[in-house]
Amino acid sequence: MRRELPLAISFIIGLLVTVEFFFNIKVLQDWSKEIQNWGIIVAAFALGLASVNLLRIHAGNIRTRRENWPFSIALIVALLFMAGLGVAQSANHPTYKFWFDNLFSPCQATVYAMTAFYISSAAYRAFRIRTFEASVLLVSAAILMLGRAPVGELIFSGFPKWADFLVDVVNMSGQRGMMIGAGIGAISGGLRILLGIERGHIGGSSA
Amino acid sequence: MLIAKRIFSFWYLIFVCGSILFTMYRSMKLGKVPKIRKIAGLDAIEEAVGRATEMGRPVHFSPGIGGITAIEAPQTFAGLAMLNYVAKLTARFDVPLIVTIRTPEVLPLAEETVSQAYVAEGKIDAFKADNIRYLSSQQFAYAAAVFGIIVREKPAANFLLGAFWAEALMLAECGSFMGAIQIAGTAQLSQVPFFVASCDYTLIGEELFTGAAYVTQDPGQLGAIVGQDIGKVVSAALIILGVILKVIGDKTLENLMKL
Repeated sequence: MRRELPLAISFIIGLLVTVEFFFNIKVLQDWSKEIQNWGIIVAAFALGLASVNLLRIHAGNIRTRRENWPFSIALIVALLFMAGLGVAQSANHPTYKFWFDNLFSPCQATVYAMTAFYISSAAYRAFRIRTFEASVLLVSAAILMLGRAPVGELIFSGFPKWADFLVDVVNMSGQRGMMIGAGIGAISGGLRILLGIERGHIGGSSA
Repeated sequence: MLIAKRIFSFWYLIFVCGSILFTMYRSMKLGKVPKIRKIAGLDAIEEAVGRATEMGRPVHFSPGIGGITAIEAPQTFAGLAMLNYVAKLTARFDVPLIVTIRTPEVLPLAEETVSQAYVAEGKIDAFKADNIRYLSSQQFAYAAAVFGIIVREKPAANFLLGAFWAEALMLAECGSFMGAIQIAGTAQLSQVPFFVASCDYTLIGEELFTGAAYVTQDPGQLGAIVGQDIGKVVSAALIILGVILKVIGDKTLENLMKL
């Protein structure tokens, strides 16, 4: 029963939402909307559970004086402070926005900016492999960069057209092939989950 | 009754689902279990966990940063199915498994998946709930926290299987710098090149969805893969037919697809 009930609920809800997407039936649309609202409520509870998980792990770090434990204090203080502020004053309050915009957002932007450096190191690793495929990749990337950078057109006026051909024809055809495969794979995965044949996510390996 | 512009999609979905159900039935009830080609990334999972065992270092697993209700949900579920397999291996080999979570709804599923895998291997005492870690719902805060875990705990194997976006490259490069054997898989096509460049093995697109079938060799799931292939063959045939009809100026198929 512990397994069957979640599977039955998944099947009914999955079927209902899928049918509602294709058919114009008022009752189904209302139910679907209601289910989506339940989803929001469940997500809110899940956030509560996740916060408990976070607090438990970091409280444990402080208690056992694990390496870098003062950072756990910073995390717990920040978590409780921002959660308290959000509950007391709402997330649109100037104080909440001040901390979010001036402390959290710059940190997030900094992490995102690091992508540029990671792209360089990944590209170096991809291009140095001495295989035919790596050579094709290198030549394509060089043409693409020259086609997109203004200096490329000064060197040779055909570079932008070559770059467009690579992106719109060669790359796009490959991507669409993968997209069709992934889309049908997702349908198959969804069907297996709804029918309870794939149960990895609830702890069972298969039917 | 059917909503306009979704009629063709509906019948196509019925056809694909019908093909999958038929091939699943054929495999489960008639015993005609198909063989699927070798997928290096999936074969390497056991080797990666074995390497972690030899090195006495943990295994890190991320089921992606997608949720369980949006379009990327199948990828998250595929990641969780693979987590089940990896957790069984780590339980069997007594290797610590660290699972990092970004979406709160995925946390209870991941906890259940790992704990049940440890129960199945008879090692429930080795299960540590604190190793299933919710980090942050914010994308880059999650990425930064995973960096920290990878640098501090030095996992010997890094599994990134699920839906990933801009943090994909960062996580894979971080694992690469730390010398972990890396197996990644996603159906987010814009992130696939990054995984290919940074990881030892990459499951591209649909390979992620075949993972559970491949590792469990479950007849029903293997049968579903054949159904998928029928859908792909028909899609390819429709593309070729569409090109021919477009060239000769016939719009029948185009109009049919617009229904």
